[in-house]
Amino acid sequence: MTETSLSTAEDDLPEMQSAARRLLRMLWADKFALCAALFLLVVVVLAIIGPHLLDAAAQKQNLRMRNAPPFGFANGWMGVLGADALGRPLLPRIIVAMQNTMLVAAGAVFFSSIMGSLLGLVAGYAKPGVSQVIMRLADVIMSFPSLLLAVVVLYMAGPSVLNLVLVLAITRIPVYLRTTRAEVLEVRERMFVSAARVMGASSRRIVFRHILPVVLPTLMTIATLDFAFVMLAESSLSFLGIGIQPPDITWGLMIAQGRSYLTTAWWLSFWPGLAIILTTLSLNLLSNWMRIALDPVQRWRLEMGGRKNG
Amino acid sequence: MAEHLLEVKNLSVEFHTAAGTVQAVKDVSFHLGRGETLAILGESGSGKSVSSSAILDLIDMPPGRITSGQILFDGKDLLTLSAAERREINGRRIAMIFQDPLSHLNPVYTVGWQIAEAMTTHGLPRAEAEAAALKLVARVGIPNPEASLGKYPHEFSGGQRQRLMIAMALAMKPDVLIADEPTTALDVTVQAEVLSLLAELQQETGMGVLIITHDLGVVAEIAERVVVMNAGEVVETGLTRDVYKSPKHPYTRKLIGAAPGKGAMHAPLPKAEPVLSVRNVVKNYGPFRALDGVSFDLMAGETMAIVGESGSGKSTLATILLRLNEPDAGEALWKGRDLFQMSPAELYKLRRDLQMVFQDPTQSLNPRMSVYELISEAWVIHPDILPKAKWRARVAELLVQVGLKPEFASRYPHQFSGGQRQRIAIARALALEPKLIICDEAVSALDVSVQAQVIDLLDGLRREMGIAFIFIAHDLPVVRDFADHVMVMQKGRVVEMGTVREIFDHPQMPYTQALLAAGLDPDPDVQAARRAERLALAKAS
Amino acid sequence: MTSFIQKRALTSLISLVGLVVLVFFLSRLTGDPAALFLPIDATDAMREQFREIHGLNDPLLVQFWHYIVDLAHLNFGESIRKARPAIDVVLEGFLWTFQLAVITMVLVTGAAVVVGSLAAFKAGGFFDRFASFVSLIGASAPDFWIAIVGIVVFAVSLGWVPTSGTGTPLHWILPIAVLFIRPFGLIVQVVRGSMITALSSAYVKTARAKGVRTRPIIFVHALRNALLPVITVIGDQAAALLNGAVVVETIFGFPGVGKLMIDSILQRDFNVVLAAIMVTALAIFIMNLLIDLAYSLLDPRIRN
Repeated sequence: MTETSLSTAEDDLPEMQSAARRLLRMLWADKFALCAALFLLVVVVLAIIGPHLLDAAAQKQNLRMRNAPPFGFANGWMGVLGADALGRPLLPRIIVAMQNTMLVAAGAVFFSSIMGSLLGLVAGYAKPGVSQVIMRLADVIMSFPSLLLAVVVLYMAGPSVLNLVLVLAITRIPVYLRTTRAEVLEVRERMFVSAARVMGASSRRIVFRHILPVVLPTLMTIATLDFAFVMLAESSLSFLGIGIQPPDITWGLMIAQGRSYLTTAWWLSFWPGLAIILTTLSLNLLSNWMRIALDPVQRWRLEMGGRKNG
Repeated sequence: MAEHLLEVKNLSVEFHTAAGTVQAVKDVSFHLGRGETLAILGESGSGKSVSSSAILDLIDMPPGRITSGQILFDGKDLLTLSAAERREINGRRIAMIFQDPLSHLNPVYTVGWQIAEAMTTHGLPRAEAEAAALKLVARVGIPNPEASLGKYPHEFSGGQRQRLMIAMALAMKPDVLIADEPTTALDVTVQAEVLSLLAELQQETGMGVLIITHDLGVVAEIAERVVVMNAGEVVETGLTRDVYKSPKHPYTRKLIGAAPGKGAMHAPLPKAEPVLSVRNVVKNYGPFRALDGVSFDLMAGETMAIVGESGSGKSTLATILLRLNEPDAGEALWKGRDLFQMSPAELYKLRRDLQMVFQDPTQSLNPRMSVYELISEAWVIHPDILPKAKWRARVAELLVQVGLKPEFASRYPHQFSGGQRQRIAIARALALEPKLIICDEAVSALDVSVQAQVIDLLDGLRREMGIAFIFIAHDLPVVRDFADHVMVMQKGRVVEMGTVREIFDHPQMPYTQALLAAGLDPDPDVQAARRAERLALAKAS
Repeated sequence: MTSFIQKRALTSLISLVGLVVLVFFLSRLTGDPAALFLPIDATDAMREQFREIHGLNDPLLVQFWHYIVDLAHLNFGESIRKARPAIDVVLEGFLWTFQLAVITMVLVTGAAVVVGSLAAFKAGGFFDRFASFVSLIGASAPDFWIAIVGIVVFAVSLGWVPTSGTGTPLHWILPIAVLFIRPFGLIVQVVRGSMITALSSAYVKTARAKGVRTRPIIFVHALRNALLPVITVIGDQAAALLNGAVVVETIFGFPGVGKLMIDSILQRDFNVVLAAIMVTALAIFIMNLLIDLAYSLLDPRIRN
């Protein structure tokens, strides 16, 4: 254990640094999660810079390359995964589609997790009446067909990334709401919450200072898992033609577009599907790792492994 | 030389943990004969449970590993047997009962099924096993045995569950019974009953009993010989009486010295105006009356102990006085104002005067806050107590006051031992400069030696700062050295109230007398006399 | 028990009413059915007549009032698309979906419980790693992608099963296999986690002290306790299937309620959408009651 210095308000800084180092050490201990994290890092970087570099390549039609098979290097490295029915190379298209896919998923997770956990905190800590109203609202959202919602928004507001984010965010709110509420109901009975009440702490202080930090790791784990779910939902909607509309592309839309050429050019649908699988698999692996790494009771498993390996 | 029934020889067990390899048990040896009762005495972390788990092959490997030693049973080394051979011995020849029978009984099967399973596992036909289960349940004193067999563990009381565990353990008439803290979670009167049941059954069957405990009183009550363990090693072993009267190892001396209920009792305080007057407090949970007209007065700087068994309503009273819970009737005058009628603003002010120390410091300290944040939170909530510039210095001062080092301020609760955590919780209560601190079982989760230190600390605060205490406990000896007044509660009512001397020297009510008689004294001679007295009392009634 | 069911029915009814109101008004925002059902060169008079027949000319609130009154007489209205009572159309589709969901969930539950339990027993061993990885991939894969890859491989290349439609038992194989994968992946992980907790519990220690053999410890002592959290997840997954597996039903041309729903939404066949929502809501309500019943059968602590 390191000797911690005392008596200055800047104590929190080294504490945070060592916490980050500790997390990295635990990530190193779980090689699957490490690979997943690195893969996701690559995905995020490509999603941010890829479209700027590759947009032109992804849009360029080349009739000589129509449905060109993969692993043919005749068309340069861009064509390594083959080309689509208009002769557009698949690799740059996948990278460009990555941005929309990520943007939709990230936006939906961001909005739904914030709205859901705030409502969950209220539902868990407020009087039973308020809680009942919020829970019934969640029930309605839960059973509202997301397809209908997507169609309604599509007709009312037109197809756009933002509108798709909105649809997906609304449908995912109940997930965070219910988890947060269930956790709050448990945490609020813990003794340190009673201790804070005995000191005269306000409800706001109890919820945000004492309850939220305990619930947060669970929420982060769920959000990671949900990111994968939202990606799948988005691709389903795009696949059904009620999500992103051409000429914008996402991975789900690419699979849908390749569907008519299944028997002659399987790679049109295969590669974007593989991209989805690898990304969601990485998110799942990372979420599993987080469940352990953020749980003080189970954390030792990773710390032990780290010692042995390093 | 005569063979011992069970002999553990030079046993060492290590565990792989986050902090590296821990030697949980180092070179431990002891033996047990037929019909004998041996106690293994030790505090938490002494390795007392690990060594007994090894006998039944209950150590999870990994992370545990037996590095050396032998466990001889009937002359055979258990550690060389196959898993199947050891299963044959488990339950049939060596059986075990545990602390906390609720979690050790399977919640989804009837107790009849579980007791019968102990026999069918070892080849008895189901019908025979069920008939035997009925006899066993009747023998351990469960009322209405036939109906009880069809019930589930959660439908019984704590004491009954432990009786059922005993019935299950004795199903195959084992030669050895291992009892791991069998009475720790039980009320004192129930504890006495369970221990005498064990003694009776041992008389009947002639089995050897290995009892693992942290409680000197349990040792004095039941064991002929004792093995004292500390930090994984046996520090002393001998006849119970010899070890108590002339302990050789310093650790044993410290343990015996820390046993509560030996010092001088407080002299009665002079009469004064009460700061807190509680009148006729009533609290119902549905049809169940948790508090039934409780009244008492508390003077400034006085310590009032509230003693009672589970279900007596003592903790409910604490939460009601702190307005964590609302009463159904009654009043509590704090400096003349009824605190049950206070508005939120008044209540906020009252919080400064009334503080609480909870039973389990592991749970009452937010694990994600540093000690500095935990203590200074009081001033975040009540900013007018102290300007922010002085917080650091004051936290350091408070830490010193409760016997900790100022540099602990930047650490987190999990880096401390149980006793240190409770000191932090006390420092947090002191930060508000309260006039009254309610301690709800504040020392019962702590080891005996730590208990004494924390009580000394609290008593010192009372003397130096004139803080009044309401000290809630289930155990009478703990409050004997510390309380001015004692209030005994049972089933939501006040049974008896008086100065500490009145209650301990001249208890008036039968319940108080029974409570005192059921308490276990660490002195084997005293305890033998008390046992005789208790038996006489039981015969008379 | 009956008061419990009543209370549950009441809260479900409140949610259902909210849902129906919301769907009724929101669905009318998607546009005019007359534009879809009549040919492009239809005259204004024809459109007017179409709207008049289907009651689309009244103000929305009046339309809603008529709908509620009809509903009170258990009349769910006509399907514009099929020119049949909407409820008949929906029940027909629901029956398909119901069969699909039941067969899939039975298979998933059986397989996931066995695989998850065995993985938990030797946690960290080879089988555990293998099962965990496979279940993770299963939980990560988009079902429509698996469906089309499955069609290419098993229907087109190998020709073992038909590509789509219904009729023979062979038609069921691919849809069930595709629907199997995700819930299987999810439930294996839950079973495994919950079994690990159960196997390290105090009552398992007691059973070991009694000398109980390994197999009864896993499948008698631990499993019944471990199933409690699993049942909740099974319920969630079954509810999702009962709502209709839209994508899989679409790809395989399976006439279930999911495909019916998306078709009706796209073609503004409002009465069918509303009827489908109410039928599936009722089915899910009944299933949740069954889940609660299973819960109380497994766990005596929550009986009464």
